[in-house]
Amino acid sequence: MGVGHDQGETEPEVTAARRRIANGAEPYVYTAPVLILIIAVLLVPLSVGLSYAFRDIQLLDPYSGGFVGFDHFRELKADPSIRAALRNTLIWTGVSVTLQFIFGLILALLLNREFPGRRLVQALVFVPWAVPTFLVGLDWAWLFNPVVGPLPGWMFALKMTRDTNNLLADPGTALIGPIVAAIWWGIPFFAITSLAALQSIPKDLYEAASIDGAGTFRQFRSITLPLLAPTIAITILLRTVWVANFADLIVVMTNGGPADSTQTVASYIFTVAFRRLDFGYASSIAAVLLALLLVYALAILSLRRLFVQRQW
Amino acid sequence: MRRRILYWSWHYLLISLYVLFAVFPLYWLTKVALTPNDLLYSEGIRLWPSRTSLEHFRFVLTHSDFPLFFRNSLIVSCTTAVAVTLIAGACGYGLSRFRFRGKPVLVALMLITQMFPLVMLVAPMFRLLAPLGLTNSLTGLVIVYSAFNAPFATFLMQSFFDAIPKELEEAAMIDGATRFGAFRRIILPLTLPGMAATGGFVFTAAWSELLFALMLNSSPQASTFPVGLLSFVSKFSVDFGQMMAAGVLALIPACVFFLLIQRYLVRGLTAGAVKG
Repeated sequence: MGVGHDQGETEPEVTAARRRIANGAEPYVYTAPVLILIIAVLLVPLSVGLSYAFRDIQLLDPYSGGFVGFDHFRELKADPSIRAALRNTLIWTGVSVTLQFIFGLILALLLNREFPGRRLVQALVFVPWAVPTFLVGLDWAWLFNPVVGPLPGWMFALKMTRDTNNLLADPGTALIGPIVAAIWWGIPFFAITSLAALQSIPKDLYEAASIDGAGTFRQFRSITLPLLAPTIAITILLRTVWVANFADLIVVMTNGGPADSTQTVASYIFTVAFRRLDFGYASSIAAVLLALLLVYALAILSLRRLFVQRQW
Repeated sequence: MRRRILYWSWHYLLISLYVLFAVFPLYWLTKVALTPNDLLYSEGIRLWPSRTSLEHFRFVLTHSDFPLFFRNSLIVSCTTAVAVTLIAGACGYGLSRFRFRGKPVLVALMLITQMFPLVMLVAPMFRLLAPLGLTNSLTGLVIVYSAFNAPFATFLMQSFFDAIPKELEEAAMIDGATRFGAFRRIILPLTLPGMAATGGFVFTAAWSELLFALMLNSSPQASTFPVGLLSFVSKFSVDFGQMMAAGVLALIPACVFFLLIQRYLVRGLTAGAVKG
């Protein structure tokens, strides 16, 4: 990396050897800024944060900071909130990512055909993504509120609910609220990535297929899906990990309640860190979540490799 | 013929449902912001209040710190967007055009940064930035947001560069251009849409970030818009009308920016996406 400043000079007196070194250094020069940035600002604090998992870090207690070994993890194993939080994380992540993906893909398929007004429609349906998540949570909390929002009345009129109570206040249904908000906010992400992938599928493939007599559904199954699969796999992977870590909507809309019924691991970490100010314990939970997500990512990546290899 | 009519009626029906679903919550936000305080609850579930007023907007613009927060947010988001697009562009270019030792490690490191709850970083980051004078500073926020967004932006930029045939720049280099010259004259114009898209992504992400803005910067002088929104939640009451008015105002730049870039977004992602 040290010889990086040499690259780009083209004086003839530069010897072949020096030029080779310069060329070898080139990729490092390009990637260095991002590498340095993520190491200094993300990975160093991450390691410090992980070390907190083995220490007693109470924000308001000046005597804390001592090494406690695996105490936090023992506490974690016995913590009844964790099991519920894990279950909620599975539901929250699974349902919202699946529905975001299905609705996003359908939207992409609809937008993939030319029709009058398409550009305006595209602009409108993508806008939710630009809304700050804090505001998304607030907005949907209002919509679900029977005093200031229309949804309870409508759902009652459609016989979807038995009363016009706030579903966010009922432990049995509260998680639905943040999930709906997450779907609203996340559809554009999947729509944009799927649409981009759809538009790069050569049109002649479809023409050839329809000459061979394949119907729309058959074309979708035999051309669209297999060609979308690699992109879809990566997108879903990144999104799942991201959504599993995403606590904003839950914190804003239900704060994990009522009675911890909507607490996910991510929102529980938030609660432990900022309500109880116990950063040590919070870090140990985060470490477990990180480990679980790493396992998940490795599984998806190897599945994808298997799939891509089989295709060709 | 009948089948086509049937298809298109379904098409338009579904599209209208999507538009309705996307727009309605934003409509409701605007409606609340325009409702005078005395009608906020009594006419809470009406689709349009019997009286509207701009008092909330007027208050937010003239009697609160919002113009300041707005300016701070604009500075932070624009600087972050430009900085990240540049360094992620360089990194994406490096990953796309070269095979080099340590490349898998770099990709793995970037993936790991996407895998943990950022809450975990709050305390260590504060301890790291405070001695450097980077808390209570907009520069500090720009650095932190740049790091958060650089990995995803790099993956994005890499897919844009992957979409451009290597032969194009090789031809230019054979004709005597330096690599940088080839980059500037050939690659850069082709990836401009992609860079616009990346910039837009980063801008909206920085615009809406709340947690670190709240934790690292406590003085109003260095507060951003989302933090300002929280300031309407006082200990005893929440002024929802003003909060929603501020929220509507906060939406404007993010939406404008997003509307401008979303066309590039799809076009820029197109070519590189399937290669994965």
